[in-house]
Amino acid sequence: MSRKIAPGCFSTMAWKKHFFKETCCQCGAPDMETQNEELEKRGKVRKRKKKNENKRVIISNLPFGSKKWKENPNRHYDTNEIETTKYNILTFLPKNIYEQFHRFANIYFVFIALLNFVPVVQAFQPEVSVIPICVIMAITAIKDAWEDFRRYKLDKEINHMGCYIYSREEHAYVEKCWKDVRVGDFVQLQCNEIVPADILLLYSSDQNGICHLETANLDGETNLKQRRVVTGFSSQDTVFEPEFFQNTIICEMPNNDLNKFKGYMEQPDHEQVGLNIENLLLRGCTIRNTEAAAGIVIYAGHETKAMLNNSGPRYKRSRIEQRMNRDIFLCVGLLFVMCLVGAVGHGIWTGKFWEHPPYDVPDWNGNFVAPVLAGFYMFLTMIILLQILIPISLYVSIELVKLGQVFLIHNDIDLYDEEADLPIQCRALTITEDLGQIQYIFSDKTGTLTENKMVFRRCTVDGLEFSHQENDRRLKTQKALDLDREDFTKLQHFTLPPMNLGRAATIKPSTMRPLRRCQSDRARTQGHTRSRSVGRRDSSQSQVAFSSPIEKDVTPDSRLLRQVREAALQTESFSPFIHMKTSTSFTDFFLALAICNSVLVSTATAPRQRVTIPPPIKPSGITLEKIHQIFQRLKLASLSQSFSSSQSSSQLGASFSAKNTEEPLAVLESCDNENDSSASSGGQELQDKGSTEIGTASLDEVFRSATNTSLPTDFCYEAESPDEAALVYAAQAYGFILVSRTPEQVTVQLPQGTLLTFDILYTLGFDSVRRRMSVVVRHPLTKEIVVYTKGADSVIMDLLDNSTKGNISSDKRLKRIKERTQKHLDYYAHDGLRTLCIAKKVLNEDDFQKWANFRREAEAAIENRDELLIETAQHLETKLTLLGATGIEDRLQDGVPDTIVSLREAGIKVWVLTGDKQETAVNIAYSCKLLNQRDTVFTINTENKETCESLLNLTLEEVKKNYEYDKPQRKLFGIIPTSFSATEAPSPEFGLVIDGRTLDVIFQGGLEEKFLALARRCRSVLCCRSTPLQKSMVVKLVRRQLKAMTLSIGDGANDVSMIQAANVGIGISGQEGMQAVMASDFAISRFKHLKKLLLVHGHWCYARLAKMVIYFFYKNVCYVNLLFWYQFFCGFSGSTMIDYWQMIFFNLFFTSVPPLLFGALDRDVSAETLLRLPELYKNGQNSEIYNLTTFIITMLDAFYQSLICFFVPYLMYKDSDIDVFSFGNPINTISLLTILLHQALEMKTWTVLQLVVMICSVAFYLIFSIIYNAVCLLCSPPTNPYWIMERQLKDPIFYLLCLITPIIALLPRFVIFALRGTLGASLVLKAQQIEKLPKEQQDLEIQKLRSRKEATSGAPVASPASNDDLDQSSSHLCVSPFLPSAAALPPRDTENQGVSASNPLGRRTHDEGYYFFNRWAEEESAATDSSAGPSSGHQPLVASRETAPGQDGGKLTKDYLKNFHYGSHRRSVSSVTL
Amino acid sequence: MKNKTNVLPREGEAQPSRCPDNTAFKQQRLPAWKPQLTIASVLSSFFLTGAFCLTVGVCLVLSANSVREIQIDYSDKCSDCSKLRENSSNWNKECHCSVNFTLKENILGDVFMYYGLQNFYQNHRRYVISRSDAQLLGRNVNIQRSYCAPFSTYRNGTPMAPCGAIANSIFNDTINLFYNHNSSVIQVPLLKTGNSWWTDKNVKFRNPESYNLSSAFAGTARPPYWQKPVYLLDEEDERNNGYLNDDFIIWMRVSAFATFRNLYRRVRRVRHFTEGLPAGNYTFHISYNFPVTRFKGRKHVILSTVVWSGGSNPFLGIAYLVSGTAATLTGFVITGIHLKLRKKKTYFQRR
Repeated sequence: MSRKIAPGCFSTMAWKKHFFKETCCQCGAPDMETQNEELEKRGKVRKRKKKNENKRVIISNLPFGSKKWKENPNRHYDTNEIETTKYNILTFLPKNIYEQFHRFANIYFVFIALLNFVPVVQAFQPEVSVIPICVIMAITAIKDAWEDFRRYKLDKEINHMGCYIYSREEHAYVEKCWKDVRVGDFVQLQCNEIVPADILLLYSSDQNGICHLETANLDGETNLKQRRVVTGFSSQDTVFEPEFFQNTIICEMPNNDLNKFKGYMEQPDHEQVGLNIENLLLRGCTIRNTEAAAGIVIYAGHETKAMLNNSGPRYKRSRIEQRMNRDIFLCVGLLFVMCLVGAVGHGIWTGKFWEHPPYDVPDWNGNFVAPVLAGFYMFLTMIILLQILIPISLYVSIELVKLGQVFLIHNDIDLYDEEADLPIQCRALTITEDLGQIQYIFSDKTGTLTENKMVFRRCTVDGLEFSHQENDRRLKTQKALDLDREDFTKLQHFTLPPMNLGRAATIKPSTMRPLRRCQSDRARTQGHTRSRSVGRRDSSQSQVAFSSPIEKDVTPDSRLLRQVREAALQTESFSPFIHMKTSTSFTDFFLALAICNSVLVSTATAPRQRVTIPPPIKPSGITLEKIHQIFQRLKLASLSQSFSSSQSSSQLGASFSAKNTEEPLAVLESCDNENDSSASSGGQELQDKGSTEIGTASLDEVFRSATNTSLPTDFCYEAESPDEAALVYAAQAYGFILVSRTPEQVTVQLPQGTLLTFDILYTLGFDSVRRRMSVVVRHPLTKEIVVYTKGADSVIMDLLDNSTKGNISSDKRLKRIKERTQKHLDYYAHDGLRTLCIAKKVLNEDDFQKWANFRREAEAAIENRDELLIETAQHLETKLTLLGATGIEDRLQDGVPDTIVSLREAGIKVWVLTGDKQETAVNIAYSCKLLNQRDTVFTINTENKETCESLLNLTLEEVKKNYEYDKPQRKLFGIIPTSFSATEAPSPEFGLVIDGRTLDVIFQGGLEEKFLALARRCRSVLCCRSTPLQKSMVVKLVRRQLKAMTLSIGDGANDVSMIQAANVGIGISGQEGMQAVMASDFAISRFKHLKKLLLVHGHWCYARLAKMVIYFFYKNVCYVNLLFWYQFFCGFSGSTMIDYWQMIFFNLFFTSVPPLLFGALDRDVSAETLLRLPELYKNGQNSEIYNLTTFIITMLDAFYQSLICFFVPYLMYKDSDIDVFSFGNPINTISLLTILLHQALEMKTWTVLQLVVMICSVAFYLIFSIIYNAVCLLCSPPTNPYWIMERQLKDPIFYLLCLITPIIALLPRFVIFALRGTLGASLVLKAQQIEKLPKEQQDLEIQKLRSRKEATSGAPVASPASNDDLDQSSSHLCVSPFLPSAAALPPRDTENQGVSASNPLGRRTHDEGYYFFNRWAEEESAATDSSAGPSSGHQPLVASRETAPGQDGGKLTKDYLKNFHYGSHRRSVSSVTL
Repeated sequence: MKNKTNVLPREGEAQPSRCPDNTAFKQQRLPAWKPQLTIASVLSSFFLTGAFCLTVGVCLVLSANSVREIQIDYSDKCSDCSKLRENSSNWNKECHCSVNFTLKENILGDVFMYYGLQNFYQNHRRYVISRSDAQLLGRNVNIQRSYCAPFSTYRNGTPMAPCGAIANSIFNDTINLFYNHNSSVIQVPLLKTGNSWWTDKNVKFRNPESYNLSSAFAGTARPPYWQKPVYLLDEEDERNNGYLNDDFIIWMRVSAFATFRNLYRRVRRVRHFTEGLPAGNYTFHISYNFPVTRFKGRKHVILSTVVWSGGSNPFLGIAYLVSGTAATLTGFVITGIHLKLRKKKTYFQRR
């Protein structure tokens, strides 16, 4: 296994020689640098090293294989052995102690322990006084060691995994451990092996030099990525021979960018070949679909990208901890005061003797110190004595409690996602309680609120809209089916519908199983990262043959289908220049959908095997399953009334089989050689046949052919984004089936079965700058070079060819198409659909060659390659011809509206920051109840600073007006004034919609404060079209300026910065990879989990921890004060009446476990009630449990209790013959009881655990004391508590004292608790009381509480009835404005619609007393009226643009009014910029 | 979680579901008692506590009242002696004084005689630690390193036995009680042993092993304030000599407060005193050695009986009575609040 050591005969002399040679070479090679270096002093060697560090040179290890490692030029690079441990056995102690001293408290305690060694100030026996800090540090060290050991074991396991490295001696690949892999080694990998290091791919068994890679381990993306062999190595047919590898690889230094790699390979003849990430196999990935691959190791071990990306859990300081630190400083102040009292007291006490009494013991030399000096020494002594006023065990306790909390959160079954088999991941261990204090939530939209499961809904081609009503219906039935199935499977797993049972036997296992295997295979290997859609498909298809996945099947629009058929026929009939233009655009449209993507094709029968040859269609391909599918389609079609289902299934089957016998031939032929005449004749044949069929085109036929062509639907499409897959599936539905894709070619099956293979000349991938992607292909028939572009509508629309070509009619036509498409796009957006535009461009050969050269240069560039690539891409994507646009629906995740409503009730403001366009975002916002139909929504879109400012001002004014009006009303009802404090105060019925450009203006123009002032008064804010940077800036702004607790939730890489900017970052482990999860503190799998996470766990964690922290302060102050009071009776001499061991153990053992358990397990309110009464969350939001007031109150209580605990025994034993420790013992016992009983009062939940721990604590104290007092004769000289406990246990006074003192100490607290519990203002207490009631009464009470809350908060929420009423009245908004016949409504209509939506609002709010809304609405409608007319109503706005900055108020108001759009968010409106 | 990329899926091995266990503990559904602190639920506890405290309080007060105690401050009555002792050079001069007092009624039962000191801070930190328990256990230890300094060795290196400030400052007055019965003076028989804790006498304090005491303490010297070496503390009773001397043991148990009393003698219940101390005239004969004027202290001698609840201090009884009353009163007040609220119907549960 281990690396072969160089032969022994290799003498030291020899390697020395080599060594010198080596150094010589090093000196000789970089002349300039050495010269420079000579000038520099030796001390700057480091600097030089750094200079070299921007490049890494790698050559093959093989020439050095027989020599020792030290001579190898690659020796400077890390080996592949990884060591993620922080410590080893030797360094553990020093390193860990060093790390622990980073914590200030530890330094403090060590300092005090050391101070105790100074004889003049020592308060305790110095040896003993180091114990507490040692114990604390030991516990922390043990925790660290355990964590480190786990890492060590994992490392070892990984380091000893096997892989094949080329050995020069054996001329073959030999198996070695991962850790023996070195940079420069050649490694061979087999299918399904994990890549051991970052390897430059030099050979792949794939004929095209491609290696497929699954990066799930790295980023969670399950789709296969293609990696290709370095240019120049791909062509060779023979197996790659490492020994002939002479090249030098120069590449960048290791970095953590998973998507970037730059470098070049210098061949012996100095020819350079560029390298990029496409050539690199990353450590941790898995090889798939490739038999074998080989390459040279570039980065190993810790220098691999995977490892560099692997940062441990983040350390964040929670808000409670921050507050705690503040209070610790308060405690330090208190300590200082107490010490000062002691010091002054002692000074005075000492000074009042004119002769030294016998009890004033001189120091070692028999000298007495002066009173002032004695006072000073006493100050230090008192610090030592009272040190535990600073809770020493607080930090470690908090850490332990948080571990417990994280454990419980992690184990919550409600936060477990069954589909993904994924519980919640808590990546940050330190901020659990922050979850209970969130005030603002910033959410991404796509993938977070929505499923990111794209469903093709509509499309517009050539200015014609196709509404896909059948598809709509299918989706609806699908939903119902889903529901049915869920119920069904819940009930019984094995009762399939009778029809299925009857036919189950006939289903061939071979056809069923592959599909399952394809899925389950992946499920097994990647576990949680499996994408959701796959999971659903898996379960549904194996269970109910009828059901079809939502995304995969698209029921074609019959009208469009017919047109497509016609067009396709014409395309295939070799008459490209004769047919109508529209037909080509239909064909082109779907071709573009099928081609212009990066979808990977695999078939179900051969899992994850890329299809290179189109599989011949076997007769067995028609399975019952498919017939069922067809059935379903027929059924659906009959629903749409465009199809009369009169055909029997047998007929259908017959027609299929008849066709299938012919088709394979044609397919094969056309595949082999497209241009071959035989193929063309085949195609002709087929086409003839097709045309005859179509000639008699009844809809049945169309449908049949549709289903027919979709027979080989075993294709699995693996797309990088779900949009792409949706589009490919849509194309498939229309017969344009993507059959295979290689980097060079893409094969599409046309509706009639012909296979067209396009040569891909270039693929310009999608990026967020361009917001589009393109493919350049050569059309196999026309030989044209065509660019298909797909991208965001705003981008594509600007890139369209606007030049007039002289042909007026066609120009006009184009213009009309553009306008219409734009209109359709607006409707789509209004409907909440995601829009994409499809465009094409035909290049002539010369232009293309020119561009291709340009592109090649860019690709070869090493410096700023990215910029060049983008530039070239932009160069190509111009003057496009619009083909059409698509509307894809991104369905809301289930439970989202409910969650948002709950969060809002909890007083959390939800902001949505999305990159999506405004209309889509606003619609989603409405549908997920983020915005309410009643809400007044302000929309601010501007690019001008002054306008923006005045808009903000005016809006703010109006909002404030309403807010102030609102306020007194609340006070009238203000029964619960405390629980509704400032954070809740802003009136919650405004919504603000703002876009990225306006945000830019705000940030650059210094308008942040105004923006915030406005935004904080709005109940939700929607930022559209915002970049990741803007997202994080908004989060930071709120976090810093409002000092609010923020939470960001997102699922994609674009949310990472936002997640990191917030106090709490939550990642959704969805379909967009794992970057968000990696950056997050908590990772959940569904948005709805947020509800329980925050409302329940957040509340609990906060309440628990806050109570625990405050209890710790109480405990320490209470206990330490006992010692302090004693100073008044011992001449402030620093005496203690409690034995030091018992004192240490008091904090470390006797009273430590109950608060820990309390901190981990207490539940003040049950989960159900917390979920039903979200307002309870405000408890944490307003920091009601732990704030300065509660802290001070607790401190006062602690003082009171310690006074009682001290003075009751004091008065009892005063003037008696009690000795010091006999006096201390009852005090210690009493305070233990008091402190534990205080805890018991705080505890809201008593389970067996708590009871046992409580009793054990007392028992442990007693047992320890008894044993200690019996055994210890000389344990801690000179103090000696021998037999004290035993004696006192025989004394009735001891028991009487222990009984009465806690009663007196806790009576006030008990009374106040009882009074509060009855008069109780706090909602938490009410909730607790509600829980005591029987079930039905609970519901009633909760209802009551909620309704009262609504009344008090003054929200214009009317009764539920009117609520529904309103929803209905406004529901027409949600109804699509499309009608199949009318592709476009007059703009005026929609305008009215928008306004009409706002008017009911105005009216309703008027009823509620909000006059100003009404006025506003009227003005709004007046404004629109005045500008009504055939021309766009927004021209005045555009005209006013020039004068806008210097405008007077009146004009501004008008502008501003026009910029508010109640509920109408049409693109044409909002795109008008001021 | 931490080493995400290092976690390697094992091929072909079915991963167990990551679904958390549905156990009551993990789902935080353990059956629990949720006490609710409302007036209604705590009302009874107030009255119960009140009743209990009042009962105990009455008992305690009654029993404390049954204690007979007489305390005589003799620091002024022996002013000559105290003046003499102010000058430490007169340490070896003897001084005696007598204090007369009259018992108006019999003190029945066991009568304990205490000496009391005022303003003597035995609990001073440096004083408290100035001892060597190992030495007192009879072990031959190097007291140089103990906390006894500076009362550990003399300049010439002779160790002190016993060492430390506590031992050095031992209360060395001798008090005898005389009963003037029908013009005859009868010395009240007093027990000088059995006053200390049994464990102290038998476990904690041991004389060094030797054939006799003087040889056991050979090579050591008495503490500077002492008049005689430790092995001459009680020349009559071998078992009450050396470190085992009861007066010494009691003194070594340092008191918790600056004003304290230590048990000095017990009245031996023989002859006239079988019932206790009969009423009549008594005289204390005091050999005045212990100086108190230096620290403005006072000395007392106390005769007292004890009961199960301790001495004459009535505080505990009063504390019980007061808190019992307070609890009961609070109980009434909150009952009032409770009733008032109920009437008003603003009570949450009834609304």
